[in-house]
Amino acid sequence: MLELNVLWFILVAVLFIGFFFLEGFDFGVGMSTKLLAKSDIEKRILINSIGPYWDANEVWLITAGGAMFAAFPHWYATMFSGFYTPLVVVLLALIVRATGFEFRAKDSHPTWKKAWDVCIFLGSFLPPLLFGVVFACFMQGLPIDQNMELKAGFFDIVNYYTLTGGLTVLVLCLVHGLVFTTLRTVGDLQERARNLAQKLLPLLGILLTLFSALTYIKTDIFQERGLILSFIFSLGVIAFIVGGFFISRKMDGWAFGMTGAVITLSFASIFIGLFPRVMVSSISDAFSLTIHNAASGHYSLKVMTIVALTLLPFVLGYQIWSYIVFRKRITEKSHLEY
Amino acid sequence: MDMIFLSRLQFASTTIFHYLFVPISIGLVFIIAIMESFYVKTGNEEYKKMAKFWGKLFLINFVIGIVTGILQEFQFGMNWSNYSRFVGDVFGAPLAIEALLAFFMESTFIGLWIFGWDRLSKKVHLACIWLTAFGTTMSAFWILAANSFMQRPVGFEINNGRAEMNDFFALITNGQVLVEFPHTVFAAFATGAFLVCGISAIKLLGKKDVDFFKKSFQIGITVALTSTFLTLVAGHAQAQFLVETQPMKMAASEGLWDRSENPAPWTVFANIDVDNKQNSAELKIPYLLSILSYNTLDGSVKGMNELQAEYVQKYGEGDYIPPVKTTFWSFRIMVAAGVAMILLGIYGVFLAWKKKLVSKPNKWFYRLMVAGISLPFIANTSGWIMTEIGRQPWTVFGLMTTADSISPSVSAGQVLFSIIAFCTIYAVLGAIMVYLYVKVVKKGPYMMEKVDIKVTNDPFAKEDFHA
Repeated sequence: MLELNVLWFILVAVLFIGFFFLEGFDFGVGMSTKLLAKSDIEKRILINSIGPYWDANEVWLITAGGAMFAAFPHWYATMFSGFYTPLVVVLLALIVRATGFEFRAKDSHPTWKKAWDVCIFLGSFLPPLLFGVVFACFMQGLPIDQNMELKAGFFDIVNYYTLTGGLTVLVLCLVHGLVFTTLRTVGDLQERARNLAQKLLPLLGILLTLFSALTYIKTDIFQERGLILSFIFSLGVIAFIVGGFFISRKMDGWAFGMTGAVITLSFASIFIGLFPRVMVSSISDAFSLTIHNAASGHYSLKVMTIVALTLLPFVLGYQIWSYIVFRKRITEKSHLEY
Repeated sequence: MDMIFLSRLQFASTTIFHYLFVPISIGLVFIIAIMESFYVKTGNEEYKKMAKFWGKLFLINFVIGIVTGILQEFQFGMNWSNYSRFVGDVFGAPLAIEALLAFFMESTFIGLWIFGWDRLSKKVHLACIWLTAFGTTMSAFWILAANSFMQRPVGFEINNGRAEMNDFFALITNGQVLVEFPHTVFAAFATGAFLVCGISAIKLLGKKDVDFFKKSFQIGITVALTSTFLTLVAGHAQAQFLVETQPMKMAASEGLWDRSENPAPWTVFANIDVDNKQNSAELKIPYLLSILSYNTLDGSVKGMNELQAEYVQKYGEGDYIPPVKTTFWSFRIMVAAGVAMILLGIYGVFLAWKKKLVSKPNKWFYRLMVAGISLPFIANTSGWIMTEIGRQPWTVFGLMTTADSISPSVSAGQVLFSIIAFCTIYAVLGAIMVYLYVKVVKKGPYMMEKVDIKVTNDPFAKEDFHA
């Protein structure tokens, strides 16, 4: 039988992957308001294209945090206190981004709009970058001591490896968001989104390859899980190439599936590479956090499992339904709430 | 600067700010759901306008509630990692369930509600706002179940120096949450209701859209009186529970150093001298504390000195007396605000019942109702201050102190930086929210459609004529 610690590791991984898949395109669309939109109405179309979803997508992060707290309290405590400053920045970014969506169209003064435009851009730019850095840190290893305390210096968190990770996630989200835009808009805006996505593909390919290579050199995760990771890596390459083909053929739905697959495979390989560890200690292997030494008791995991497995089908059900309700493309004639 | 002080300041400031918005959300969504129900039942477009108008205000508030809420979840790990390690097993579960059961629900269905006016049938659209309301209330239940564990830990055993859950059912039927949940949620309903009444009063004073705001006021004042009264009843039950489970908090909130007389009088005012552990200039109402504590005319209540001696025996050397003045005065401020709300509610319902809301000049009453918008916020905030400060020095009563709960790996400088950053951004957000509220209220319900003028390149597009 599947051990509960393993199941919860998988659930936390699924929640984070769901967050990067879903909120990933929100971040991309958020960045597009600066990189792609030419007029106020185009900005509004972009924001409204994620209007009904971004809030629920962000809840995937909150749920991932809650699941970590409940199932792996030490992972939660070590990570959140250890990455204090980057998380403060992420939180500030998420705060100004969400309020930007909601408030931008509530006043027509140019300064007001410009200020929220900056907030939306920074709020969409910083979180994927910083989360990329944080997840790269997980694999690279951090100075975690025997008390599970992480006392990281600046260069433990920010170095060329983790920055490559951050940039990779950033560009990945941007491309994913651009492809999402091709799905939700029409005409010129859609065309430009597709072109920009296509132009960014080579950069994304280089970053993904570089980060994978650096991960091979700098971390032990390929030694731990070489076979399966090579397999996932190959799948990722295929998804990437096929995705590029779909974009050029204007098969937007399929292209979106492929950029989503690249995100899923990338983050899945991070979690698979870590398993059964959750955070690697650079001081000693013995101090690494694992799904066992960081976990809650058996009873707690059992209760949580019952609750989660009961609720999850409903949660997925109504979220999918909301995507079906709002499947129509956004045009300038649509109701623009934001 | 002192790390414990800074961490507490960080928690207090972000939590108080977050909790200005949460009760509005809980209360307002419920009132909007009632309004839309009237619309679906009667077909009267006026009620739809109401749901949309108050919905605008709700959404402005809701987004601030959400974004400040993410920080609430993260800061347990960020600032209180030792606490998170110690109780994560028990405390994390309600938080995770809150996200899974409540946050997903409210965030998905509010999206469907905002964007679904033309896409969903009337009934399905109505179901969306009720599910949002249900989600926000559920969310309150789970977070209060977590908080109740801190007030009165149940359903756990200590293993390897950590609290581990051993009875989930005990956790969610904790006597504490059974009194804390109704008290908090009815207070939140009252908050939304007083906001609706206050804003309606502004418009009625200015004689703008009188019919619209008279109806809003009627719905609001009914909810206001009902929920304030129920808050009082639940609060009374909670106080009695407090006497049993956290007598020290009760004694501090009464400024009671030594065991009270029997029957116990209730102290209205006192000049508390913490250094010498005594009060002067006390004003007391006979019997009242006995009634409040036990529903009888006799019975004495333990004082802080006696409890301090008991706690030293039980938990070892230490100072177990919370900040007395803060606890004492926050309790009185909460009660005073609550009483004022009930009086306003009674008079407002009386006017509505006599159909005198607009027929005779009620200027002074409407002005009071406008000022009354602040009352629930004062009551909510002081209520929470009493609850949390009154529990000190404990984070988890009897198990873990606040001093032991902080993050060892975080520096005071980092916390100071975060306090400054969050408080700055929160102050700006607070100001923006007030600005937007004023703007929306000034525009009124019938100017709203113009906000959404559609820009299109096609001069013959159908939509243009609808604007």
